[in-house]
Parts: sequence; C-alpha cells; structure tokens
Amino acid sequence: MARASLSMWASSAFLLALFVAITCPQALAGEDLMVTENPLGRSGGRIVIGLRSEPKTLNPVLAADDTSRDVIRCMTADLIHISRETLKTESALAKSWNVSRDGKQYTLHLRQGLHFSDGQPMNADDVLFTFRIYLDEKNHSPQRDLLVIGGKPVDVRKVDEYTVRFNLAQPYAAAERIFDGLAILPAHLLESTYQGGGFAHSWSLTTPASQFAGLGPFRMKEYVPGQRVILEKNPFYWKKDRAGNRLPYLDEIVFLFVPSEDAQVVRFEAGDTDVLSRFSADNFAVLEKQQTARGYHLYDLGAGLEYNFLFFNLNDLSAKGRPEIAKKQAWFQDLRFRQAVSAAVDRDSIIRLVYQGRATPLWGNVTPGNKLWIDTVIPHPAQSLDRARQLLQSAGFSFKDDGSLVDPHGMPVEFSILSSSSNAQRSKIATLIQDDLGKLGMNVHVVSLEFRAMVDRLLNTYDYEAAVMGLVSGDADPTPEMNVWLSSGETHLWHPEQAKPATAWEAEIDRLMQQQMVTLDYAKRKHLYDRVQEIIAENVPVICLASPNILVAARDRVGNFRPAILDPYALWNIEQLYLH
Amino acid sequence: MRQGHKLRAAVLLLAGIQSLILFAGFFAPYNSTAQDRQLPFAPPTRLHFFDAQGKFHAKPFIYGLKSDPVNAGAYTVDTARSYPIELFVHGAPYWIAGLFQARIHFFSVEAPGKVFLLGSDGYGRDQLSRFLYGGQISLLAGLIAAALSVCLGILLGGLAGFYGGWLDNALMRGAELFLALPWLYLLFAVRAVLPLHITQSQVFLLLVAVMGLVGWARPARLIRGVVLSAKERNFVLAARGFGASDRYLLFRHVLPQTSGVVLTQIALLIPQFVLAEVTLTFLGLGVGEPLASWGSLLSSLQQYSVLSSYWWMFLPAVLLVPLFLAYYMAADALQERFKSVSL
Repeated sequence: MARASLSMWASSAFLLALFVAITCPQALAGEDLMVTENPLGRSGGRIVIGLRSEPKTLNPVLAADDTSRDVIRCMTADLIHISRETLKTESALAKSWNVSRDGKQYTLHLRQGLHFSDGQPMNADDVLFTFRIYLDEKNHSPQRDLLVIGGKPVDVRKVDEYTVRFNLAQPYAAAERIFDGLAILPAHLLESTYQGGGFAHSWSLTTPASQFAGLGPFRMKEYVPGQRVILEKNPFYWKKDRAGNRLPYLDEIVFLFVPSEDAQVVRFEAGDTDVLSRFSADNFAVLEKQQTARGYHLYDLGAGLEYNFLFFNLNDLSAKGRPEIAKKQAWFQDLRFRQAVSAAVDRDSIIRLVYQGRATPLWGNVTPGNKLWIDTVIPHPAQSLDRARQLLQSAGFSFKDDGSLVDPHGMPVEFSILSSSSNAQRSKIATLIQDDLGKLGMNVHVVSLEFRAMVDRLLNTYDYEAAVMGLVSGDADPTPEMNVWLSSGETHLWHPEQAKPATAWEAEIDRLMQQQMVTLDYAKRKHLYDRVQEIIAENVPVICLASPNILVAARDRVGNFRPAILDPYALWNIEQLYLH
Repeated sequence: MRQGHKLRAAVLLLAGIQSLILFAGFFAPYNSTAQDRQLPFAPPTRLHFFDAQGKFHAKPFIYGLKSDPVNAGAYTVDTARSYPIELFVHGAPYWIAGLFQARIHFFSVEAPGKVFLLGSDGYGRDQLSRFLYGGQISLLAGLIAAALSVCLGILLGGLAGFYGGWLDNALMRGAELFLALPWLYLLFAVRAVLPLHITQSQVFLLLVAVMGLVGWARPARLIRGVVLSAKERNFVLAARGFGASDRYLLFRHVLPQTSGVVLTQIALLIPQFVLAEVTLTFLGLGVGEPLASWGSLLSSLQQYSVLSSYWWMFLPAVLLVPLFLAYYMAADALQERFKSVSL
C-alpha cells in the first residue's frame, strides 16, 4: 500500500495513508465500522484463486461476466447486501433504512466516516453519483433494468451528508434486494472521466492501481497480462471483527488465469490454488479420492438455484419463414405432447449418470435450494412411458409397426435438441433424453453448438426445434426471474418478447408476476408465486429436469470458509477468510 | 521370399480385422447404442475359470456387478450369481452390411448379467460393441477417402506428369496450395455454415469428401514423379514412335507402372484417414451421439474425470495400434515388392 502511495500521491494523502498503515487496525476517529460475528481469524497471508478467464473489465457498472464480477466483488461494496448465509438482506454501507408505508419511498442512512480504499471519505454524493452512472442508458449497465421500476428509473435524492432517499414509481416487493451488488463508486475519481465521456473505457485491467478506489475489502495491486490479477488488503475497510481487528485478515488475493474447468481442477489438486468452485460432479468424484492426503475439503451444499430444462420452440414463425420448423410446432404447441415428453424423461438417470447423484430432480422451475419460495405441492410423477404413450395417442399420434411415432397427418416425429458444447452435463442430458424419447418412437437428434451460436438461435433467429438449457437465478427471490416468466421478457425462452401473451396461461402468469412484484406481504407473494409455479408445471413450457448441487472445495488451511448456494458460492465472505 | 511372408501376414491380419468389423453385429454382444443406466463406467468384466471352491470350469464365467445406489460408477462384484459365457446366443437383432438381418451373437451371457470385456462408457454402453460398430464408420470413412484421394491423385498426377508444361505447373501449384491450407480451420468454418439438420449419413459423406479432397495432393505428386520417369522409358518412347495415341500410352504403358506406388499409398493413406476421422470426431466434427465411431469413443477422454478415473476408456486407442501396424507393414512389404520388380 505504501508503495502505491509514494509514486502517485500528494504528501498530505501520503501522510494519511502512512498514519493508517501504522495505526491499523484501530478505527479512525468517527468511523462507524460494522462488527462481524465470525470466529476470530489471524491476519496475514495470501490465497490463490483460479479464474476461468481474464476479467474483461474491472468497472462494476459495465461488468457482465462471472470472472469480472468475481474480482470486482472483492474491491467494492453495496448499500444493502443479501447475506449469502441467510439469503436475507442485511445492513452494509447503509447502516439502516426505513420504508414509507406505501412502500414507494426508501430512506437509507449511511455509515458515517467511511473511506474509499484511497483514503478519501465516502458520503451521500458518492451514492448519488453511483446511481446516476448506473441509470445512464449510455453506460449499458446490466443492472440498469433492476433500477427501472414500473417503467420509471428510481429517483435518488440526497437528504443530508449521510442520508439518501429513493423514490419508486410503484411499490416494489423486495426493493431493498436490488441494492445488492450495486457498487458505490468514488465520485472524486470518476466524476471527471464520466463528464468527459470516457466512462466506458475507465477502470479496465490496464488502469494503474492508483486510479482505482472502492469500498471492498481489497484493492487493486497488480495485473500481469495473461497470468494474474493481485489484490491487496484495503486498510480503510469498514468492517471489524468482535475483537476490534479491522478486516480483512488476508494481505493479498491472487487471481490466476486458468482457462478451463479441468485445468482448474488439476491446479487445485496440485496445490496451486486454495479455493475452487463451479466444477462438475465428475470432478468432485475425482477430487474426493485425494481429499485427506492433499489437505483440502470438498463441500456439497445441496441444491443451488440453477435449473436445467428442455423446451420447445413455441415462437410465432410466420414472420421468420421457417416452414420446416413451423410444421413441427403443431406437436410442440400441443400440451399433451409436451406432457408426454415430460413423462418419458427419466430424471433419476440424469441425476445418477450426469451428476453422479449430486443433483435434485425437478418438476417445477423453483429449486429445493430456494426454500423460501418453492411450491412443495407440485406433483413429482415418476417416469412413465405408458402414460406418455396414452397422452400421445389421445393427441392423435399413432405408432407404426416398427414402433416409430407418427403424427395425425402421418408425418414421422423427428426433431433435434440443441445443447451447448461447452457444457458437458447438458450435452449428456440431451443424449439421455434422446434415448428416452427413442423408446416412444421419436427420432431425436442431438446437436451441440457453441454457446453463443446457440443463444443466437434461441433468442434471435428462432432457428431451432428444441433445446436443453439451464438458468441460474441471481437471487432467491421471484422478481429477478421476471424476465424469464413475463411473456414480454427477453429471456422468456420458448417465445421471447411477445407483444401480447400468446396463450391464456401466459397471460395469467404475467398477471401473477406483476402482482407479486407490487405486493409487500411475503405470505401473499408466496401464494401468487406458488400459482405461477403450478401453471408452469401444468403447461410445461419448460420441462424441468434437474438442479445440480453447489460444489465447492477449499484447502484446509483456509479458515472461516463458509460456502453458500448463492453466487459467489465460495468467496462471499472473503474479508473473513484467514490462513491457519 | 521373406517379403512375401510379411505381405501375406499383413494382409491376413488386415482381412481378419476387417471381417471382425464387417460382422460387428455378430461379434458384438450388444447393440452399440443400447444403454444400461444401472452400469455407467463399469470396469472391464473379468472372465473367471475357477469358482469360489477352486473348481476349474472349461467354459469361463463372469460375476454380476452391483452398482452403488448413491455413487454411480462405484461397483462391487456380486459373487452370489455367476453367468457362464455362452457362444452363438440369440440377442438383439442386427444387420450385416445393411443387407441381412440376424440375431445370433458370437458370445454373450444370460440376462440380467452383462459382459463388458472393454468396460462400459458413461451411459452404460458396451465399449467392445461400440468399438466394433465404430470401426464400420471409421474404417469405411478411411477406405472411401483413401480411394477417392488416390483416384484424384492418379488422374491429376498422371495428367501433370504425362503432359508437363503449363498443365503440370498449374496442377502442382494447386497441389502445393492444398498442402499448405489450414484444413482444420476451414472445416470448422464449413461445419458452421452448414444447416443444423444434417443427418448422420450427410455428416459421414461430408467427412469422407473432405478427407478425400484434401488428401489428393500428396499421392498426385508421387504419381507425377513416377509418370515423369515412366514416359521416358524406352518401350514407351518406342510405342510413341509407332504412333500410339496419348490415351493408349497413358493407360497401357504409363499408369500401370504406377501400380506399386498406388498400392503403397493406399496402404499408407487408410490409417492416416482413419486417424483423421478420429481427430475430426474428437473435435466434434464427426458423427454425433448416439452413433459410435473410433473418434467418438476417444472423445470422452477430453474430460479430466474420465482421463483420470476410468483407464479402460483408453483401450480403443490401444486396439487401434495393431490395425495401424498391419497397414504400415502391408505398405512396407508392398513397397519392397514393387521395388524388386522394377529393378
């Protein structure tokens, strides 16, 4: 830290930094630090973490990919945070907040006397500046959508130096959850860049460390192209443990660029990295064998928030002119056909063969990991080829002598399922489904495509028949899922961006989702969202298949390691991690 | 004489392997796409001759496998029940060369026992059956591609060598271009623009066509060299002096002299093209699931978990070694034989 100061700063800032370096971990006068409840740790040391790719940017407003966010999360902080442990909101930079009775006005009281990692004070002006940036359409922030409520961007007002008021156009359930992950930016560093129009290029990987400042536990130290990013302890961080030691405990975090999952597993096994997450059950089984010998521990946290499903192309193709696919849509649009496919899929085999038992079969879109919202009355029928055959026959399909299935017009039932070639699990699921549906006399092809090519077909060209996909809820709340279930949503996968709901049940889902968003009472919201889940289970626009368990691994020497099922699974409490 | 032995041995070995693959349905105990979801990644089944009492059985038998209900891929041998290996048993129907349907399998065990001599893959499919069936695709692709590229090579190399001049120049520069192009990336590009709904047989034809078209340059250059020297030989010049037409000269006197090179090239090219199929399928450009080819058998080795946990998944690669050796042996023997003839 002192080194960075020497090269860049004016002497007064340097003296302040030096003062802090000497007096750490005691608090500065007037600092309102948050006290954490974690078991006490030991200061010092560094941990090494593998990153799947180089972060594309270190700018929290622009970052859209996992690796960028993983690094940025260590360097920034939000006003109100979702606790990864309880999945509920907790105080962060905002010490407390009040909601007006109509649910449209939020008043946040900031912690006083906090400083950015460059030693400059943080106050309401930084918050105002931050929201101006996030809401500026020119910046194309992926989080901007969350801040537009009822068609209007949230209105942010400064009340005093440490109080900010947010006005929403309509009541919004779980509005406090939208603050999670919105990094408060330093106006003193970025204001002039923003005014000058250079914001889109600010805070890239090559930006000098002295030009970064955040409120996270760590701050930028060094970037070596193609190899690693190193973060160092932020001496101004605003949390302390029960003994009054300022967090974080670690001196440094090293993010190594390790390009593939398999390579990450090998590097972790070899002891090059300390924490591993986002790996498959196959690799879990490989790592398990060496667990005690190599001094690491594997965690199976049970079902996460990822749900994998099969769906059919239900788009209106009249404008796209794809007669081949349109002909087959007569089958896909028939509810009995979709139900038959759902009945024929052997979910237990998917769990065993694809996930080595480390997954949960799904019949609805909410995973068991989302305990607050799952509708437990949705039935779990076992695989039944007989029921599938009955459904198909009732829909006018018939079986030829050789067992192959033909539709009411005598056309053989043949279609292809897309899967992403980068996701071995989903390709394997598709192959199992191919075999299951083969038993119904359907001639199914599996086509593996590169992920972006596949998404282009699903969301833009609609040139596909069926696909296996997975989505991960960003939060254990229904509202971030609006984009998927609203018929006008961009990720309403089977028929995105409808001008008007194509079916009565989609209209019903629209109504329920809109209503749950403005209902403030949890029990009432739960009732509404239960109905959504039931409609989805009844109409099977997506045939839900499985939810993989969250698998994480860490070396034994990492203390306070408490992985969670919400992203980031392993490093959410990085300020509390320490080395034994 | 010793060369003759070598050639005969190589040809016999090749004929043996090819007929195993031609009659894959007969020699394979199971259908190549039949899944047994209770037995994913089952290790190769051990044949036993002695039972628990130490009694010898002339007819080998196997024990059943019990899979762990939680941990798929973990097995215990169930010695309570044994299944003798039966020869010439009735099983799943199959086609021989797409012409005759039959049900007799060379060997198998009584259900619910399963014999996986090379283990099973992640879907519980018999690796031996997949290897034999996979050979039909890979070897056929190799044979057709080799025939195609050698035919093209004879045609273009023959013309270039025989006529010389600008034609020779143009064809040989073309050949050099073909040798220099980065074909793999071109292939990726071709696959990307092809429609989604491409059937397995179309993929196969594409594979063969691409390998054959890419492969013509090397044989063409060799054949051109032979033609160049052949057309200057005395009896060819004499025939030309008697007024023989180009066509007559080429087919009657010149091209027959290339037969040694052609046969040797074919023997060399087949394993090369089989390997090319393996590579292309390994990279996801070959026939897709659930069909087996040698490339798709090996492609699961791309995953670290398979690579490190299931050694029998390497066996198909090991089995390819004798096949390739036999081809190279044949090529070697052919070359020596024709060298001695031409001397």
